[in-house]
Amino acid sequence: MTAPLLEARGLVKSFGDNQVLRGVDVVVPAGSVTCLIGPSGSGKTTVLRSLNGLERPETGTVRVGDVHLDWADRPGTRAVARLRDQSGMVFQAHNLFPHLTVLENVTSGPVLAQGRPRAQAQEEARELLARVGLADKADSYPVQLSGGQQQRVGIARALATTPRVVLFDEPTSALDPELVGEVLRVMQSLAAEGWTMVVVTHEMRFARQVADQVLFLDGGVVVEQGPPSEVLVEPREPRTRQFLQRLLDPL
Amino acid sequence: MNGIDWDLVRSSLGPLFDGLVTGTIPLTAVSFVLGLALAVLLALMRLSGNRLVAGIARAYVSIIRGTPLLLQLFIVFFGLPSLGLTIDPWPSAIIALSLNVGGYASEAVRGAILAVPRGQWEAAMTVGMNRTTTLRRVVLPQAARIAVPSLSNTLISLVKDTSLVSTILVTELLRRAQEIAAPSFEFFTLYGLAAVYYWVVCLVLSFGQTRLETRLSRYVAA
Repeated sequence: MTAPLLEARGLVKSFGDNQVLRGVDVVVPAGSVTCLIGPSGSGKTTVLRSLNGLERPETGTVRVGDVHLDWADRPGTRAVARLRDQSGMVFQAHNLFPHLTVLENVTSGPVLAQGRPRAQAQEEARELLARVGLADKADSYPVQLSGGQQQRVGIARALATTPRVVLFDEPTSALDPELVGEVLRVMQSLAAEGWTMVVVTHEMRFARQVADQVLFLDGGVVVEQGPPSEVLVEPREPRTRQFLQRLLDPL
Repeated sequence: MNGIDWDLVRSSLGPLFDGLVTGTIPLTAVSFVLGLALAVLLALMRLSGNRLVAGIARAYVSIIRGTPLLLQLFIVFFGLPSLGLTIDPWPSAIIALSLNVGGYASEAVRGAILAVPRGQWEAAMTVGMNRTTTLRRVVLPQAARIAVPSLSNTLISLVKDTSLVSTILVTELLRRAQEIAAPSFEFFTLYGLAAVYYWVVCLVLSFGQTRLETRLSRYVAA
């Protein structure tokens, strides 16, 4: 068996007095989809942001491919950037660059960061936009798109640098309910193409249908993990059961 | 009491206009551009995270804002020669005005940079941009839009502040008005006329500001 593509061990992180991660492990095989679920404040977004160094844990290690960081060593900006280059990220609020067109947003990584030829990057960006169903929006500005379209551009932008892993931070939480489906369908097709994905989400149907493994976090620890058929259908831990019950029946 | 001498008004229109386009406007334009560059530098120093660098910028802004522009002008033109550094009136004027604009505008630029959402920095970092590229391609273009109203204020103030350099013998609009008024004793006419010129320039700039704000907001949510 080959080594997993992404491996995080013993992540510990505090904001002030509040310890939000108390030793979290995440192991992601290449080509798999991992969903992080849990109540708000459980630390799932912090875990995700630790995988690309947007948050810096106090201790713990992260390895993506052959790039390895030990957070206890207080790695410098450059080392963290090298780790970050291994992944792409899709944000809850899409964080598109409002002053750039859709095409410029998607080519921003390849052209402005990787220094690749513009013409080639644009060609690839157009293919990516076609894949997320937005071939005709290349010259629009983000503000001219619907929330679902914006998020699909965000996905295309994250893929444009050909990362080894794509991190999704609640990609549908800020969307109107009727726009959620178009984003999830794109993510589903990416999973089918073999992209390695780590997804923080509240979409249990997506997790059930697409995830290879589900990690349930609460209070800064992984309470339960396994295939969705176990964690989401027959959870062993009472806290997992309680959480799923509340999602199913909010009243 | 004598009223307005309309013949003098007609004959002064040209020379005053000359003072405007060869003095006031180039002084304003050059000082604003240099001052803006200094302002961006000072803002980045304040935001650098290096306490010494930030402290220098903070002290500079404090001194510029805490002393009169007229005094700053005098120090450059009358004061520096006693240190062995003599600068001609025009360069002195440009230096003093630029240094002053830099100090004032840096606060507006800094505020605008801070007003660009954190998520923009993060998104730029996750597509692989370094700090410099993020600033140049993502943050500063958005900060520019945010800073337009207050920088327009600075520019409009600067137009009027250039009149102070008449005291160090730079021929601009006000100095030209003084030159014509002194022998004729028609102070009200000439200073009134100069006031109208200043006002028209500022009106045009306000109009330009509105146009610019509209143009820059085209990609921002309505």
